[in-house]
Amino acid sequence: MKIQLIINGYKKELEVRPDEYLLDTLRNYNYLSVKRGCDSSSCGVCTVLLDGSPIASCSYLSIKASGHEITTAEGIQKEAAQISTYFGNEGADQCGFCNPALALTVYAMKRELSNPTDEEIRDYLVGNLCRCSGYVGQQRAIRAYLEDTL
Amino acid sequence: MKNVNRGLPSIDGKGLMMGIPAYTDDLADANSLIIKVLRSPHPFAKINKIDTNRASEINGVECVLTYKDFKRIPITRAGQGYPEPSPHDKFILDNYVRYIGDEVAVVAAVDLQTAEKAIKLIEVDYKVLEPVLDFEVAYDNKTIIHDEPEIHEMFPIGFEPKKNVAAAYDMHVGNIDETLKNCDVVYEASFYTQAQAHVMMEPHTANARIDCYGRLVIYSSTQTPYHVRRIISQALQYPLSKIRVIKPRVGGGFGGKQCIHGEFFVSAVTLKTGKPSKLVYTRKEVFESSFSRHPMRFDVKLGATKKGILKGIDVSVLSDTGAYGEHALTVFMVAGAKVLPLYNKVDAVRFGGKVVYTNHTPAGAFRGYGAIQGNYALESAIDMLCEKLSIDPIIFREKNMIKEGESSPIFKIMGEGTEGIEMNVESCKLDYCVKRGHELINWKDKYPFVNGENSKVRGVGMAIAMQGSGIPYIDMASAMIKLNDDGFYNLIIGATDIGQGSDTILAQIAAEVLETDLDKMIVYSSDTDLAPFDCGAYASSTTYVSGNAVVKAAKNMRKMLIKEGARSLDVKEEEIIFDGVLFQTEDGKKSITLSELSNRLFYSEDQQQLVATNSYVGTKSPPPFMAGYVEVEVDTETGVVKVIDYTAVVDCGTTINPLLALGQVEGALAQGIGMTLYEEVLYNQKGGLITNNLMTYRIPTRKEITNMNVEFADSYEETGPYGAKSVGEIGIDTPPAAICNAIYNAVGVRIQSLPVTAENVLMGILKNKEKRNEK
Ligand code: FES
Ligand code: FES
Repeated sequence: MKIQLIINGYKKELEVRPDEYLLDTLRNYNYLSVKRGCDSSSCGVCTVLLDGSPIASCSYLSIKASGHEITTAEGIQKEAAQISTYFGNEGADQCGFCNPALALTVYAMKRELSNPTDEEIRDYLVGNLCRCSGYVGQQRAIRAYLEDTL
Repeated sequence: MKNVNRGLPSIDGKGLMMGIPAYTDDLADANSLIIKVLRSPHPFAKINKIDTNRASEINGVECVLTYKDFKRIPITRAGQGYPEPSPHDKFILDNYVRYIGDEVAVVAAVDLQTAEKAIKLIEVDYKVLEPVLDFEVAYDNKTIIHDEPEIHEMFPIGFEPKKNVAAAYDMHVGNIDETLKNCDVVYEASFYTQAQAHVMMEPHTANARIDCYGRLVIYSSTQTPYHVRRIISQALQYPLSKIRVIKPRVGGGFGGKQCIHGEFFVSAVTLKTGKPSKLVYTRKEVFESSFSRHPMRFDVKLGATKKGILKGIDVSVLSDTGAYGEHALTVFMVAGAKVLPLYNKVDAVRFGGKVVYTNHTPAGAFRGYGAIQGNYALESAIDMLCEKLSIDPIIFREKNMIKEGESSPIFKIMGEGTEGIEMNVESCKLDYCVKRGHELINWKDKYPFVNGENSKVRGVGMAIAMQGSGIPYIDMASAMIKLNDDGFYNLIIGATDIGQGSDTILAQIAAEVLETDLDKMIVYSSDTDLAPFDCGAYASSTTYVSGNAVVKAAKNMRKMLIKEGARSLDVKEEEIIFDGVLFQTEDGKKSITLSELSNRLFYSEDQQQLVATNSYVGTKSPPPFMAGYVEVEVDTETGVVKVIDYTAVVDCGTTINPLLALGQVEGALAQGIGMTLYEEVLYNQKGGLITNNLMTYRIPTRKEITNMNVEFADSYEETGPYGAKSVGEIGIDTPPAAICNAIYNAVGVRIQSLPVTAENVLMGILKNKEKRNEK
């Protein structure tokens, strides 16, 4: 069946199966920044923004998303690049598999929370698992990014 | 120095955060057949009959493979030196299944739905056999897990399959029984470590295609592309020369991708159908059907004099390799080889035991590779011995631990799977690490404990650790540097970047030798057709072994450049001064830029392509060292333990990139803390994995890991590239012992079995209370 999505600002008509999850749809249509790490909304690497709010695309039916706005890392290239310089400066870069989703979530958080505390940042990002960095470098980087850009 | 010992961002960090397609599945052919694997529901069974007719008949199913489709060739999936010190005890597919999740059959279909449908239609008649689910009864059990006649060891590793023994090892120095008898104080205890899952964020992924030259091209999320090529060739009896393995960006490995996984199946399917195919493990498959950390039991005896001189260490180990013996012997040996030399002044050491098969998910390589298990046992026991002696555990360690310039007989006796190499530790700032950590965590005000709010008590604990830098005389790495017109270079390396940043630090090293900017050193790595050999990313070898290969290759290039510079200026080589940009004579009268020279070499005179190649194999494995200090908070009402602060002072020589080294240590500490407090692979009584998703298997989130304080000691390893040793694993080793020591210091409860659970801590607290009341 066909659904309509606004992906990164562009209207798209996509062919999907009724039981298809958004993660598969997006990867099928070459939005490859969206990664698969599990299938139970528990790792966060498939995060995309639905009307600006983070969701786990691995567990979100594509037909349910029809008519909505989807943002992937391909849609926030400038911000992702900017956030990455902070990661680079804090030794927070490693395999990068969690990073496009993390950049999206930080981007959403920045619009949602003004001046969040360390604890609020961790709460907001708790669903974004990372097995490489040990998190503390990411936290330093995100702190610095927010301080410089808020 | 402008490129090394400098914290630069990793060269791919930005692109990866922007989501540029770079990982294995991002690069799969869009028309790939989708592969699904039928997996065993039984921990141990013989396949009496397998009927694939109904599955094969479905429209869209391109091929169904069972054991009948493969030649019976025993292999090991362990990616390590060849011949491997792991038993060849695995067939791509077999008529026996040995754990729940073991492979039974493989389906390739046009899409996932069809493949999943076909999988369900394969009919298997199993003869269910009695499994071995407890590693402490595996030895000489009436169930023999590997009874197949073809399996074998490549050289003596103590392989005794009829007794469920994958490998065995024993060594001793001096007379331990005699030594312990003469000690004033002896401490004896057993410790258990659990299986841990790697949980790299990118699941095991592979895809294959036939290229226009008719060759098999495999993309794989692997740590060892060259071993993949060799093992695939052996297992499928397909010429090595017709296989190309490409490792794209990898989403984490930690040892979990050091073993072969889906590469067999994509290769077999693509060779059979001629069509591209791909396989991405589900998270359940990653948990159930890849590898985990070897669980171990340690029986430890330590003896010392009243004055606090450690005299003897006696360690007997039992290790559980699960259904197959990948890395069985080497992980076992590292539990001694990279732990025991910490206390090099003892009169006697004994270390030995067995690695047994069980019908659980196989164990394999995992960061720390035995050292974390051994460290937990020894460093816990040392603290208990100190308590018996009434000696401060830090003073005790300072007295007994290894120091710069010293050696240990262990280095010579124990290697990885074979004998080791005699060496002195020329760089060892362990004494500084211990002192500095002591200061940073403010030990003197906090030891052993401070009462916190309400029912909470805060305690501090510590442990020291060492690892290695590659495997001497076995692990080889090589590098190739090519000059381009306009004066920039390609650095082409076999080294395998799995997220740890090796592409970046190796480029930094090459740029340093050639005095150029990092962005003029273009890296391409891990492609078996295009890059020179490198054993891969394991054994903490990349910085040291691959780094040294890069230094050598870059020095060759420098020589070539000076020769050509001199020729172009018509002077002698000795007269040339080259600063990375300009060649000139001492008097400055004659000069040519690198850019001009390279253009000349390409287009006008003395035309030639300059390529420099070199390789390196270590003659020693200088250990990185560290001291780990932790402050924990124990809730005496609930038993819940929280890490308040983890302080690590690390001697990994001079870091090539302090920022990336920092990330290595922080990430490893988090995995070590995870293993200590949160993570455990659990099975039910039938041998089924309970922890087969990320909700039942919990890795730390950013809520649990909040405070770390990592520093590097000022250290320089003469034999390392620009003074560096490796740093990939050392960070994971101390958390189990340090945290358990801190818990003991806080509430007097000794945890002898990992992970630490609130129940165990609380039970210990209650027991202590009872004892006090009795008094
Ligand atoms: S893929 Fe793990 S949360 Fe969606
Ligand atoms: S950087 Fe590898 S999972 Fe986060």
